[in-house]
Amino acid sequence: MSYSSSKKIRDSLSLACCSLLQVAPEASATPIGDVSIDSAVLIYSESDNRVSLIEPVVKLKTELKEDQFLSVQLVFDALTGASPNGAQASNVAQTFTSPSGVGEYTTPANELPLDSTFRDSRFAMAATLESPIDRLQKNIYSLSLSAEHDWNSLSAGYTYSKDLNLRNTTVMTGASLTYDAISPVGGAPVEFAQMLAPGFSQPKDGKKDRNTIDFIAGISQVLNRSTITQLNYSVSQSDGYHNDPYKILSLLDDTSALPTGNYLYEKRPDNRQRHIIYWKTAHHFTDDVINIAYRYYQDDWGIVSHTADLKYRYELSAKSFLQPHIRFYSQTAADFYRHSLLASEASALPDFASADFRLGEFNSTTIGLKYGRELGNNRHFSSRLEVMQQSGNSQPADAFGEQLNQDLYPDLTAIILQFSYSFIW
Amino acid sequence: MTKLYFSGLFILLLFITSGCEMQPVKPWERGTLAKPSMQLTPDEVENALDEHIYFSKEASTGGQGIGGGGCGCN
Repeated sequence: MSYSSSKKIRDSLSLACCSLLQVAPEASATPIGDVSIDSAVLIYSESDNRVSLIEPVVKLKTELKEDQFLSVQLVFDALTGASPNGAQASNVAQTFTSPSGVGEYTTPANELPLDSTFRDSRFAMAATLESPIDRLQKNIYSLSLSAEHDWNSLSAGYTYSKDLNLRNTTVMTGASLTYDAISPVGGAPVEFAQMLAPGFSQPKDGKKDRNTIDFIAGISQVLNRSTITQLNYSVSQSDGYHNDPYKILSLLDDTSALPTGNYLYEKRPDNRQRHIIYWKTAHHFTDDVINIAYRYYQDDWGIVSHTADLKYRYELSAKSFLQPHIRFYSQTAADFYRHSLLASEASALPDFASADFRLGEFNSTTIGLKYGRELGNNRHFSSRLEVMQQSGNSQPADAFGEQLNQDLYPDLTAIILQFSYSFIW
Repeated sequence: MTKLYFSGLFILLLFITSGCEMQPVKPWERGTLAKPSMQLTPDEVENALDEHIYFSKEASTGGQGIGGGGCGCN
Protein backbone atom coordinates (compact mmCIF):
# COMPACT_ATOMS: atom_id res chain seq x y z
CA MET A 1 0.00 0.00 0.00
CA SER A 2 1.40 3.34 -1.00
CA TYR A 3 1.90 6.16 1.46
CA SER A 4 -0.74 8.33 -0.23
CA SER A 5 -3.46 5.66 -0.10
CA SER A 6 -2.73 4.83 3.57
CA LYS A 7 -2.95 8.56 4.34
CA LYS A 8 -6.32 8.74 2.56
CA ILE A 9 -7.62 5.81 4.63
CA ARG A 10 -6.29 7.41 7.83
CA ASP A 11 -7.94 10.73 6.91
CA SER A 12 -11.21 8.98 6.10
CA LEU A 13 -11.15 7.11 9.43
CA SER A 14 -10.39 10.34 11.27
CA LEU A 15 -13.29 12.04 9.57
CA ALA A 16 -15.63 9.15 10.38
CA CYS A 17 -14.55 9.17 14.05
CA CYS A 18 -15.07 12.91 14.25
CA SER A 19 -18.52 12.57 12.76
CA LEU A 20 -19.45 9.84 15.22
CA LEU A 21 -18.16 11.86 18.14
CA GLN A 22 -19.74 15.09 17.00
CA VAL A 23 -22.03 16.17 19.81
CA ALA A 24 -25.22 17.59 18.39
CA PRO A 25 -26.91 20.31 20.40
CA GLU A 26 -29.26 18.76 22.92
CA ALA A 27 -31.91 21.24 21.76
CA SER A 28 -32.17 19.40 18.44
CA ALA A 29 -32.01 15.91 19.90
CA THR A 30 -35.72 15.33 19.25
CA PRO A 31 -36.21 12.07 17.30
CA ILE A 32 -37.09 12.51 13.62
CA GLY A 33 -40.85 12.97 13.25
CA ASP A 34 -41.43 14.19 16.80
CA VAL A 35 -42.45 17.80 17.24
CA SER A 36 -40.99 20.07 19.88
CA ILE A 37 -43.54 22.65 20.98
CA ASP A 38 -42.62 25.92 22.67
CA SER A 39 -45.60 27.90 23.88
CA ALA A 40 -45.78 31.19 25.72
CA VAL A 41 -48.12 33.94 26.77
CA LEU A 42 -46.81 37.48 27.04
CA ILE A 43 -48.62 40.13 29.02
CA TYR A 44 -47.37 43.67 28.44
CA SER A 45 -48.81 46.64 30.27
CA GLU A 46 -47.80 50.31 30.22
CA SER A 47 -48.39 52.77 33.02
CA ASP A 48 -51.02 55.57 32.88
CA ASN A 49 -53.52 53.40 30.99
CA ARG A 50 -51.42 53.42 27.86
CA VAL A 51 -50.95 50.28 25.79
CA SER A 52 -51.81 46.83 27.15
CA LEU A 53 -51.18 43.70 25.20
CA ILE A 54 -51.69 39.99 25.53
CA GLU A 55 -49.79 37.81 23.10
CA PRO A 56 -49.97 34.01 22.97
CA VAL A 57 -47.29 32.29 20.88
CA VAL A 58 -46.68 28.73 19.82
CA LYS A 59 -43.64 27.46 17.98
CA LEU A 60 -43.50 23.99 16.46
CA LYS A 61 -40.24 22.46 15.32
CA THR A 62 -39.61 19.08 13.77
CA GLU A 63 -36.83 17.24 11.98
CA LEU A 64 -38.29 16.14 8.65
CA LYS A 65 -35.29 14.01 7.77
CA GLU A 66 -31.70 13.94 8.93
CA ASP A 67 -30.56 17.54 9.62
CA GLN A 68 -33.56 19.05 7.83
CA PHE A 69 -35.64 21.10 10.25
CA LEU A 70 -38.96 22.84 9.78
CA SER A 71 -40.23 25.34 12.32
CA VAL A 72 -43.48 27.26 12.33
CA GLN A 73 -44.31 30.03 14.76
CA LEU A 74 -47.81 31.37 15.23
CA VAL A 75 -48.49 34.58 17.13
CA PHE A 76 -51.67 36.42 17.99
CA ASP A 77 -51.72 39.71 19.82
CA ALA A 78 -54.49 41.94 21.06
CA LEU A 79 -53.77 45.53 22.02
CA THR A 80 -55.95 47.93 23.94
CA GLY A 81 -55.38 51.22 25.70
CA ALA A 82 -54.23 54.61 24.49
CA SER A 83 -51.26 55.79 22.48
CA PRO A 84 -49.69 59.31 22.38
CA ASN A 85 -51.00 61.10 19.27
CA GLY A 86 -48.01 63.45 18.99
CA ALA A 87 -49.77 66.60 20.22
CA GLN A 88 -48.26 68.42 23.16
CA ALA A 89 -49.81 68.71 26.62
CA SER A 90 -51.09 72.15 27.57
CA ASN A 91 -52.89 74.00 30.36
CA VAL A 92 -56.12 73.89 28.37
CA ALA A 93 -58.24 70.92 27.32
CA GLN A 94 -57.69 69.86 23.71
CA THR A 95 -60.07 68.08 21.34
CA PHE A 96 -58.92 65.82 18.52
CA THR A 97 -60.62 64.05 15.65
CA SER A 98 -60.40 60.28 15.80
CA PRO A 99 -58.56 58.53 12.93
CA SER A 100 -61.83 57.44 11.30
CA GLY A 101 -62.81 61.12 10.97
CA VAL A 102 -66.26 60.55 12.42
CA GLY A 103 -65.64 60.93 16.15
CA GLU A 104 -63.56 63.00 18.52
CA TYR A 105 -61.90 62.73 21.92
CA THR A 106 -60.82 65.35 24.44
CA THR A 107 -57.65 65.43 26.54
CA PRO A 108 -58.00 67.30 29.84
CA ALA A 109 -55.66 70.20 30.64
CA ASN A 110 -52.11 69.28 31.70
CA GLU A 111 -52.36 65.71 30.43
CA LEU A 112 -50.51 64.03 27.60
CA PRO A 113 -52.85 63.75 24.57
CA LEU A 114 -53.53 60.06 24.01
CA ASP A 115 -55.59 58.55 21.25
CA SER A 116 -58.02 56.48 23.28
CA THR A 117 -59.55 54.90 20.16
CA PHE A 118 -56.39 52.78 19.82
CA ARG A 119 -57.36 49.11 19.39
CA ASP A 120 -55.64 46.48 17.36
CA SER A 121 -55.17 42.78 16.94
CA ARG A 122 -52.57 41.00 14.88
CA PHE A 123 -51.95 37.51 13.61
CA ALA A 124 -48.45 36.57 12.52
CA MET A 125 -46.90 33.40 11.17
CA ALA A 126 -43.24 32.65 10.50
CA ALA A 127 -41.92 29.47 8.94
CA THR A 128 -38.28 28.42 8.59
CA LEU A 129 -36.85 25.46 6.72
CA GLU A 130 -33.26 24.48 7.41
CA SER A 131 -31.99 22.17 4.72
CA PRO A 132 -28.47 20.70 4.56
CA ILE A 133 -26.45 20.95 1.36
CA ASP A 134 -23.82 18.65 2.78
CA ARG A 135 -22.27 17.93 6.18
CA LEU A 136 -21.00 21.50 6.59
CA GLN A 137 -23.28 23.71 4.56
CA LYS A 138 -26.96 24.49 4.78
CA ASN A 139 -29.69 26.61 3.23
CA ILE A 140 -32.23 28.35 5.42
CA TYR A 141 -35.48 29.53 3.82
CA SER A 142 -37.86 31.75 5.74
CA LEU A 143 -41.32 33.09 5.11
CA SER A 144 -43.33 35.31 7.41
CA LEU A 145 -46.60 37.12 7.25
CA SER A 146 -48.45 39.43 9.56
CA ALA A 147 -52.06 40.63 9.31
CA GLU A 148 -53.78 43.52 11.06
CA HIS A 149 -56.90 45.48 10.08
CA ASP A 150 -54.71 48.36 8.80
CA TRP A 151 -51.42 46.62 8.01
CA ASN A 152 -50.42 43.46 6.15
CA SER A 153 -46.87 42.29 5.72
CA LEU A 154 -45.21 39.50 3.76
CA SER A 155 -41.53 38.65 3.95
CA ALA A 156 -39.35 35.99 2.32
CA GLY A 157 -35.71 35.35 3.10
CA TYR A 158 -32.80 33.08 2.28
CA THR A 159 -29.66 32.44 4.35
CA TYR A 160 -26.64 30.30 3.54
CA SER A 161 -24.33 29.06 6.25
CA LYS A 162 -21.13 27.07 6.24
CA ASP A 163 -19.13 25.48 9.03
CA LEU A 164 -15.35 25.71 8.88
CA ASN A 165 -12.36 24.87 11.01
CA LEU A 166 -13.70 21.62 12.54
CA ARG A 167 -17.03 23.40 12.99
CA ASN A 168 -15.45 25.95 15.29
CA THR A 169 -16.34 28.69 12.84
CA THR A 170 -19.63 29.28 11.07
CA VAL A 171 -20.06 31.94 8.41
CA MET A 172 -23.43 32.95 7.07
CA THR A 173 -24.98 35.43 4.70
CA GLY A 174 -28.54 36.11 3.72
CA ALA A 175 -31.09 38.46 2.25
CA SER A 176 -34.80 39.06 2.57
CA LEU A 177 -37.55 41.02 0.85
CA THR A 178 -40.50 42.44 2.75
CA TYR A 179 -43.64 44.00 1.36
CA ASP A 180 -45.95 46.00 3.65
CA ALA A 181 -49.46 47.00 2.54
CA ILE A 182 -50.76 49.83 4.70
CA SER A 183 -54.42 50.84 4.80
CA PRO A 184 -54.87 53.30 7.70
CA VAL A 185 -58.29 53.72 9.30
CA GLY A 186 -60.04 56.44 7.30
CA GLY A 187 -57.20 56.47 4.70
CA ALA A 188 -53.65 57.81 4.93
CA PRO A 189 -53.76 61.52 5.78
CA VAL A 190 -52.14 63.95 3.36
CA GLU A 191 -48.74 64.89 4.79
CA PHE A 192 -48.79 68.11 6.81
CA ALA A 193 -52.54 68.43 6.23
CA GLN A 194 -54.40 70.15 9.04
CA MET A 195 -56.54 67.84 11.20
CA LEU A 196 -60.15 68.80 10.50
CA ALA A 197 -63.12 68.50 12.86
CA PRO A 198 -65.48 65.51 12.43
CA GLY A 199 -67.85 65.96 9.53
CA PHE A 200 -65.40 67.93 7.40
CA SER A 201 -63.78 66.24 4.44
CA GLN A 202 -60.23 65.42 5.59
CA PRO A 203 -57.85 65.18 2.62
CA LYS A 204 -56.65 61.58 2.41
CA ASP A 205 -54.22 59.66 0.24
CA GLY A 206 -55.82 56.22 0.50
CA LYS A 207 -53.69 53.10 0.82
CA LYS A 208 -49.89 52.99 0.92
CA ASP A 209 -47.13 50.45 0.73
CA ARG A 210 -43.46 49.91 1.52
CA ASN A 211 -40.72 47.63 0.20
CA THR A 212 -37.76 46.59 2.31
CA ILE A 213 -34.65 44.65 1.42
CA ASP A 214 -32.33 43.34 4.13
CA PHE A 215 -28.84 41.87 3.88
CA ILE A 216 -26.89 40.17 6.63
CA ALA A 217 -23.43 38.63 6.96
CA GLY A 218 -22.17 37.05 10.12
CA ILE A 219 -19.62 34.82 11.73
CA SER A 220 -19.84 32.75 14.88
CA GLN A 221 -16.74 31.36 16.51
CA VAL A 222 -16.15 28.81 19.24
CA LEU A 223 -13.43 30.41 21.36
CA ASN A 224 -12.89 27.48 23.70
CA ARG A 225 -14.81 24.63 25.32
CA SER A 226 -17.06 27.05 27.17
CA THR A 227 -17.27 30.23 25.10
CA ILE A 228 -18.92 31.03 21.80
CA THR A 229 -19.21 34.41 20.14
CA GLN A 230 -21.08 35.85 17.15
CA LEU A 231 -20.71 39.01 15.09
CA ASN A 232 -23.25 40.15 12.47
CA TYR A 233 -23.46 43.09 10.13
CA SER A 234 -26.80 43.98 8.57
CA VAL A 235 -27.99 46.64 6.19
CA SER A 236 -31.60 47.41 5.41
CA GLN A 237 -33.11 49.66 2.78
CA SER A 238 -36.81 50.52 2.84
CA ASP A 239 -38.73 52.59 0.30
CA GLY A 240 -42.31 53.76 0.47
CA TYR A 241 -44.65 54.96 3.18
CA HIS A 242 -42.90 55.54 6.52
CA ASN A 243 -45.33 57.92 8.24
CA ASP A 244 -47.36 56.96 11.25
CA PRO A 245 -50.81 57.88 9.88
CA TYR A 246 -52.21 58.47 13.37
CA LYS A 247 -49.53 60.93 14.57
CA ILE A 248 -49.92 64.71 14.49
CA LEU A 249 -47.93 67.76 15.60
CA SER A 250 -49.25 70.69 17.61
CA LEU A 251 -49.11 74.09 15.97
CA LEU A 252 -48.28 76.45 18.86
CA ASP A 253 -48.55 80.19 19.33
CA ASP A 254 -45.14 81.82 18.72
CA THR A 255 -45.08 83.83 21.95
CA SER A 256 -47.05 81.80 24.50
CA ALA A 257 -46.53 78.22 23.20
CA LEU A 258 -50.23 77.66 23.85
CA PRO A 259 -52.11 75.48 21.34
CA THR A 260 -53.64 77.38 18.43
CA GLY A 261 -56.16 74.58 18.04
CA ASN A 262 -54.51 73.51 14.80
CA TYR A 263 -52.72 70.19 14.39
CA LEU A 264 -50.85 68.91 11.35
CA TYR A 265 -50.36 65.29 10.29
CA GLU A 266 -46.72 64.28 10.36
CA LYS A 267 -44.39 63.79 7.39
CA ARG A 268 -41.35 61.50 7.32
CA PRO A 269 -38.92 60.70 4.49
CA ASP A 270 -40.13 57.99 2.09
CA ASN A 271 -37.01 55.90 2.44
CA ARG A 272 -34.70 54.73 5.20
CA GLN A 273 -31.35 52.97 5.30
CA ARG A 274 -30.21 51.22 8.45
CA HIS A 275 -26.81 49.75 9.38
CA ILE A 276 -26.44 47.42 12.32
CA ILE A 277 -23.51 45.69 13.99
CA TYR A 278 -24.55 43.03 16.44
CA TRP A 279 -22.28 41.09 18.75
CA LYS A 280 -23.20 38.34 21.17
CA THR A 281 -21.20 36.02 23.42
CA ALA A 282 -22.19 33.13 25.66
CA HIS A 283 -19.81 31.83 28.30
CA HIS A 284 -20.25 28.84 30.58
CA PHE A 285 -18.79 29.08 34.07
CA THR A 286 -18.57 25.94 36.20
CA ASP A 287 -22.37 25.79 36.43
CA ASP A 288 -23.77 29.14 35.34
CA VAL A 289 -24.01 30.79 31.94
CA ILE A 290 -23.59 34.44 31.04
CA ASN A 291 -24.97 35.83 27.80
CA ILE A 292 -23.91 39.31 26.67
CA ALA A 293 -24.99 41.20 23.57
CA TYR A 294 -24.26 44.62 22.15
CA ARG A 295 -25.82 46.32 19.14
CA TYR A 296 -24.70 49.45 17.34
CA TYR A 297 -27.35 50.93 15.07
CA GLN A 298 -27.44 53.94 12.79
CA ASP A 299 -29.74 55.09 10.03
CA ASP A 300 -29.95 57.94 7.57
CA TRP A 301 -32.71 59.60 9.60
CA GLY A 302 -29.97 60.63 12.04
CA ILE A 303 -30.69 58.01 14.66
CA VAL A 304 -27.76 56.33 16.38
CA SER A 305 -28.42 53.82 19.12
CA HIS A 306 -26.52 51.56 21.48
CA THR A 307 -28.08 48.48 23.06
CA ALA A 308 -26.42 46.33 25.71
CA ASP A 309 -28.04 43.19 27.05
CA LEU A 310 -26.88 40.88 29.81
CA LYS A 311 -28.42 37.67 31.10
CA TYR A 312 -26.89 35.56 33.85
CA ARG A 313 -28.29 32.06 34.25
CA TYR A 314 -27.75 30.96 37.83
CA GLU A 315 -28.30 27.25 38.30
CA LEU A 316 -30.30 26.68 41.48
CA SER A 317 -30.12 22.92 41.01
CA ALA A 318 -29.75 20.43 38.18
CA LYS A 319 -33.38 21.14 37.26
CA SER A 320 -34.03 24.80 37.95
CA PHE A 321 -32.44 28.18 37.39
CA LEU A 322 -32.86 31.86 38.06
CA GLN A 323 -31.88 34.33 35.36
CA PRO A 324 -31.50 38.05 36.09
CA HIS A 325 -31.63 40.21 32.98
CA ILE A 326 -30.62 43.80 32.38
CA ARG A 327 -30.86 45.77 29.14
CA PHE A 328 -29.71 49.30 28.45
CA TYR A 329 -30.76 51.23 25.37
CA SER A 330 -29.92 54.74 24.27
CA GLN A 331 -30.85 56.54 21.04
CA THR A 332 -30.36 59.97 19.51
CA ALA A 333 -33.27 61.79 17.90
CA ALA A 334 -34.17 61.66 14.21
CA ASP A 335 -33.08 64.83 12.39
CA PHE A 336 -36.71 65.78 11.85
CA TYR A 337 -38.01 65.02 15.35
CA ARG A 338 -39.91 68.05 16.67
CA HIS A 339 -41.89 68.21 19.91
CA SER A 340 -44.16 70.77 18.17
CA LEU A 341 -44.30 73.32 15.35
CA LEU A 342 -44.86 77.06 15.63
CA ALA A 343 -47.75 78.84 13.95
CA SER A 344 -45.29 81.02 12.04
CA GLU A 345 -43.83 77.87 10.45
CA ALA A 346 -47.14 76.93 8.85
CA SER A 347 -46.37 79.06 5.81
CA ALA A 348 -42.85 77.62 5.42
CA LEU A 349 -42.94 74.09 6.81
CA PRO A 350 -39.77 72.02 7.23
CA ASP A 351 -39.17 69.19 4.77
CA PHE A 352 -40.15 66.61 7.38
CA ALA A 353 -41.43 66.64 10.96
CA SER A 354 -42.67 64.09 13.46
CA ALA A 355 -43.44 64.34 17.17
CA ASP A 356 -43.46 60.57 17.65
CA PHE A 357 -41.64 59.98 20.95
CA ARG A 358 -40.02 56.87 19.45
CA LEU A 359 -38.05 59.15 17.13
CA GLY A 360 -36.88 61.39 19.98
CA GLU A 361 -33.76 61.12 22.09
CA PHE A 362 -34.25 58.83 25.07
CA ASN A 363 -32.75 56.13 27.26
CA SER A 364 -34.43 52.91 28.23
CA THR A 365 -33.60 50.39 30.92
CA THR A 366 -35.14 46.96 31.40
CA ILE A 367 -34.55 44.88 34.51
CA GLY A 368 -36.03 41.44 34.94
CA LEU A 369 -35.87 38.03 36.53
CA LYS A 370 -36.71 34.67 35.03
CA TYR A 371 -37.30 31.35 36.74
CA GLY A 372 -37.08 28.11 34.81
CA ARG A 373 -37.66 24.50 35.77
CA GLU A 374 -37.41 21.13 34.08
CA LEU A 375 -40.52 19.04 34.74
CA GLY A 376 -39.21 15.76 33.35
CA ASN A 377 -40.03 13.96 30.09
CA ASN A 378 -38.65 16.91 28.08
CA ARG A 379 -41.13 19.32 29.62
CA HIS A 380 -39.93 22.76 30.71
CA PHE A 381 -41.65 25.67 32.40
CA SER A 382 -40.40 29.21 32.82
CA SER A 383 -41.73 32.57 33.83
CA ARG A 384 -40.22 36.04 33.74
CA LEU A 385 -41.17 39.42 35.12
CA GLU A 386 -39.48 42.55 33.78
CA VAL A 387 -39.87 46.29 34.13
CA MET A 388 -38.98 48.64 31.29
CA GLN A 389 -38.48 52.36 31.91
CA GLN A 390 -38.04 54.91 29.12
CA SER A 391 -37.05 58.48 29.84
CA GLY A 392 -36.25 61.43 27.59
CA ASN A 393 -35.61 65.12 27.95
CA SER A 394 -38.72 66.62 29.50
CA GLN A 395 -37.43 70.18 29.15
CA PRO A 396 -35.45 70.57 25.90
CA ALA A 397 -33.37 73.73 25.44
CA ASP A 398 -35.80 75.27 22.95
CA ALA A 399 -38.83 75.02 25.27
CA PHE A 400 -40.53 78.33 26.05
CA GLY A 401 -43.77 79.79 27.38
CA GLU A 402 -46.32 77.16 28.40
CA GLN A 403 -43.89 74.42 27.38
CA LEU A 404 -41.88 75.25 30.49
CA ASN A 405 -44.85 74.11 32.58
CA GLN A 406 -45.27 70.82 30.73
CA ASP A 407 -43.35 67.56 30.54
CA LEU A 408 -42.34 67.37 26.87
CA TYR A 409 -41.12 63.78 27.15
CA PRO A 410 -43.10 61.90 29.82
CA ASP A 411 -41.47 58.77 31.22
CA LEU A 412 -42.93 55.45 30.19
CA THR A 413 -42.96 52.43 32.48
CA ALA A 414 -44.06 49.00 31.26
CA ILE A 415 -44.40 45.61 32.91
CA ILE A 416 -43.50 42.49 30.92
CA LEU A 417 -44.79 39.18 32.24
CA GLN A 418 -44.34 35.91 30.41
CA PHE A 419 -45.21 32.27 31.05
CA SER A 420 -43.65 29.58 28.88
CA TYR A 421 -44.15 25.85 28.61
CA SER A 422 -42.41 23.50 26.21
CA PHE A 423 -42.73 19.81 25.53
CA ILE A 424 -42.24 17.10 22.90
CA TRP A 425 -45.23 15.73 21.04
CA MET B 1 -25.07 57.86 32.35
CA THR B 2 -25.01 56.13 28.97
CA LYS B 3 -21.20 56.23 28.91
CA LEU B 4 -21.20 54.62 32.35
CA TYR B 5 -23.40 51.78 31.11
CA PHE B 6 -21.19 50.99 28.17
CA SER B 7 -17.94 51.40 30.09
CA GLY B 8 -19.31 48.84 32.55
CA LEU B 9 -20.15 46.48 29.72
CA PHE B 10 -16.68 46.83 28.25
CA ILE B 11 -14.99 46.10 31.60
CA LEU B 12 -17.22 43.04 32.04
CA LEU B 13 -16.31 41.85 28.56
CA LEU B 14 -12.60 42.20 29.31
CA PHE B 15 -13.09 40.27 32.55
CA ILE B 16 -14.86 37.40 30.82
CA THR B 17 -12.57 37.14 27.85
CA SER B 18 -9.38 37.52 29.87
CA GLY B 19 -9.44 33.78 30.54
CA CYS B 20 -10.33 32.96 26.96
CA GLU B 21 -7.53 32.00 24.71
CA MET B 22 -8.67 30.80 21.33
CA GLN B 23 -8.02 27.09 20.98
CA PRO B 24 -9.60 24.78 18.40
CA VAL B 25 -12.21 22.68 20.15
CA LYS B 26 -12.40 19.08 19.07
CA PRO B 27 -15.81 17.51 18.42
CA TRP B 28 -15.55 15.36 21.56
CA GLU B 29 -14.89 18.45 23.69
CA ARG B 30 -18.22 20.08 22.91
CA GLY B 31 -20.29 18.73 25.80
CA THR B 32 -20.67 22.15 27.41
CA LEU B 33 -21.21 24.00 24.14
CA ALA B 34 -23.99 21.56 23.20
CA LYS B 35 -26.14 22.46 26.20
CA PRO B 36 -29.38 24.29 25.31
CA SER B 37 -28.36 27.08 27.69
CA MET B 38 -25.21 27.65 25.63
CA GLN B 39 -27.01 28.26 22.33
CA LEU B 40 -26.53 31.83 21.17
CA THR B 41 -30.29 32.26 21.35
CA PRO B 42 -31.29 29.83 24.09
CA ASP B 43 -34.99 30.84 24.10
CA GLU B 44 -36.14 31.70 20.58
CA VAL B 45 -39.74 32.45 21.54
CA GLU B 46 -38.73 34.85 24.30
CA ASN B 47 -36.26 36.47 21.92
CA ALA B 48 -38.96 36.96 19.27
CA LEU B 49 -41.33 38.50 21.81
CA ASP B 50 -38.64 40.90 23.02
CA GLU B 51 -37.77 41.87 19.45
CA HIS B 52 -41.43 42.73 18.86
CA ILE B 53 -41.72 44.78 22.06
CA TYR B 54 -38.61 46.85 21.39
CA PHE B 55 -39.39 47.20 17.68
CA SER B 56 -42.68 48.85 18.63
CA LYS B 57 -41.18 51.12 21.31
CA GLU B 58 -37.82 52.17 19.85
CA ALA B 59 -36.50 53.54 16.56
CA SER B 60 -33.91 50.76 16.19
CA THR B 61 -34.47 47.21 15.16
CA GLY B 62 -32.63 44.24 13.69
CA GLY B 63 -29.15 42.82 14.01
CA GLN B 64 -29.91 39.21 14.85
CA GLY B 65 -31.50 38.17 11.59
CA ILE B 66 -33.35 39.35 8.52
CA GLY B 67 -36.92 39.81 7.36
CA GLY B 68 -40.17 39.46 9.24
CA GLY B 69 -41.32 41.98 11.75
CA GLY B 70 -43.56 43.94 9.38
CA CYS B 71 -46.09 45.43 11.72
CA GLY B 72 -48.17 48.57 12.13
CA CYS B 73 -46.89 48.92 15.69
CA ASN B 74 -44.07 51.14 14.46
